[in-house]
Amino acid sequence: MSPTEANRSDFETVSDSQISRSERYRQLVDELLLAPARIVWNDWRARIAITIISVFVFMGTVGIRLVKEPRTNQGDRLVGAFQTLEHPLGTTPLGVDIMSQIIYATVPMLKMITAGAVFSVVVATTVGTISGYKGGTIDRALMALTDVMLTIPGLPLVIVLAGVMDISGNPYLIGVLLSINAWAGLARALRSQVLTLRDADYVEAARLMGIPTSKILTVDIIPNLMPYITMNFVKQARAVIFGSVGLYYLGILPYSTVNWGVMMNNAVKQAGATSSPAAFHWLAMPMLAIILLSMGLTLFAQSADRLFNPRVRARHAKSISGDNDTTSEVKS
Amino acid sequence: MNYVIKRTGQAIFTIFATISVSFGLIRLLPGGPTDYLRAQMLQRGEDMTAQQINRRIEAQTNIAVDEPLHIQYIDYMTSILTGDFGTSHWQNEPVTEVLGSAVPWTIFIMSVSLFLAFAIGISLGAFMAYREGSRFDVASTGVALVLNSTPGYVVGLLALVFLGYRTGIFPTGGHHASGLEPGLNAKFLLSAAYHGALPILSMTVVAFGGWALDMRGNSIRVLGADYLHVARLRGLPERRIALRYVARNAILPMYTGLMIAIGTMFGGAIIIEEIFAYPGVGFYLISSIHQRDYPVMMGAFILITVAVVIGIYIADMTYGKLDPRAKRGESRESY
Repeated sequence: MSPTEANRSDFETVSDSQISRSERYRQLVDELLLAPARIVWNDWRARIAITIISVFVFMGTVGIRLVKEPRTNQGDRLVGAFQTLEHPLGTTPLGVDIMSQIIYATVPMLKMITAGAVFSVVVATTVGTISGYKGGTIDRALMALTDVMLTIPGLPLVIVLAGVMDISGNPYLIGVLLSINAWAGLARALRSQVLTLRDADYVEAARLMGIPTSKILTVDIIPNLMPYITMNFVKQARAVIFGSVGLYYLGILPYSTVNWGVMMNNAVKQAGATSSPAAFHWLAMPMLAIILLSMGLTLFAQSADRLFNPRVRARHAKSISGDNDTTSEVKS
Repeated sequence: MNYVIKRTGQAIFTIFATISVSFGLIRLLPGGPTDYLRAQMLQRGEDMTAQQINRRIEAQTNIAVDEPLHIQYIDYMTSILTGDFGTSHWQNEPVTEVLGSAVPWTIFIMSVSLFLAFAIGISLGAFMAYREGSRFDVASTGVALVLNSTPGYVVGLLALVFLGYRTGIFPTGGHHASGLEPGLNAKFLLSAAYHGALPILSMTVVAFGGWALDMRGNSIRVLGADYLHVARLRGLPERRIALRYVARNAILPMYTGLMIAIGTMFGGAIIIEEIFAYPGVGFYLISSIHQRDYPVMMGAFILITVAVVIGIYIADMTYGKLDPRAKRGESRESY
């Protein structure tokens, strides 16, 4: 409910004219941006998550302008990690700086993540809510499709597609390809959530009032699903990282730019990093990057859960007004 | 009963759809396998008539390219359904033979790690929820988060480096020690377990954290539910509350996750098999792609999918027994 609507209640009649436009905007900003930001920032996990994600975004945008593009003979051969200031993460046997490789690989990674996560979440939300709410034939048809997509194992399908199709190295395309059937799981989960919601009193009331289905879905149903959707956006982002790096490692996806998976592949295949300790840092650094970025995303999903949890929101509202309420609903 | 028939039909339909997709990929994709094979044969400059080339393509892909499309489709379907996956042109053996020996190994490492991860995950998660906020809970959450953010192949590579090459505690490849005859004797089984240990470990380590976090979240949600207050007020014994009220309701939402995990773990198993040179279905899938051995590639894809379909089918059939509410949705009227 927007603040103006709230104020229109019969009992506390406050006419609209009393709130100036700037005040109304300020209220909106406060409700939509500042309050969530405060809740999120209050959580240590969110602070770490936002820091990590910002660092990677910074690397992908400003970092590539600060650091020279990776090429051979940038430095001595096979310098270990944390040995020199010039090459903080070391170099490869061809003298390529590993840090610049890591940084330059961030750009296509961020593009893949975004494309894949947006694609899967949008498709899943559309399919899941319509199917769960409408029921009947539409539901059966959509769920038949979803079940097929859900059961066909994702990575093998992508591997086969990549092996058969002539895909170019476009990161957006690869992101979508990696999420080709990832929406199915979320669509099913959303559908089962909608099933419990469609019979809720307020939804029934809205239906009886003749409010159009599209409006019921967007106003009454989807906001309740936001925790699921956010969590899955992040989950899919992580799946795209895992999948793309894995497939690049296997040498299945075509590549034109440097990639963490390609780095790992080269480290193992060219320098024998699994058996030779001297090249281990070449393998370890991209691993570290993968774990860090996906940990940032995981932590973010966890703290986002708080944002949508009405209990946490309510508790937070109390703590703003000075009431130091530390009870947890669990122990009661 | 109606549900069983419906669900069985669905499983069969999915298998059908998968084989159709595979047919489409081989036949309909411009620049796809049939085009590639043809181009390759023409390039080699062998003196072959168009008919001979078509024969060769048919032998390799199971598709008679000179027939009309619908006949090709029916032929392909029947040959796959009768177990004829074509011949591997790399190993010059029937695909069924190449993959047949690999299937049990993949299912072995997959199912063991899935079971271990789920069992460790739910018990740890329940315990974490019970001790919510304690130092144990915070530490476990941290560990679970880190593990959950790590792909299986990273753990696999690290295990290979440290437990395989550097220390030599575990073997770095193969199903079992060479020279051992497969059979139901202790020596062989131990060797198989020893060789499977690192792949299983890699997949379990990264998966149980996620289950634990899910279970923890669900348990905490259930712990706050009204029916638990009612159960306590009724004076039910704690054990009954913990098992019948908390555990059961906390595990249920994870059941769909378990079904999806069967599918995703196959993807993980492919990379893990490659890392540990563990000749399972995934291992052959990867090498067939590098070799452009399309019959093996499609055979592996179909086999993996069928295995997943069956796994999920079994999981689905038992779902109704766990959650009576799952059945109610079937007879819903539409709005």
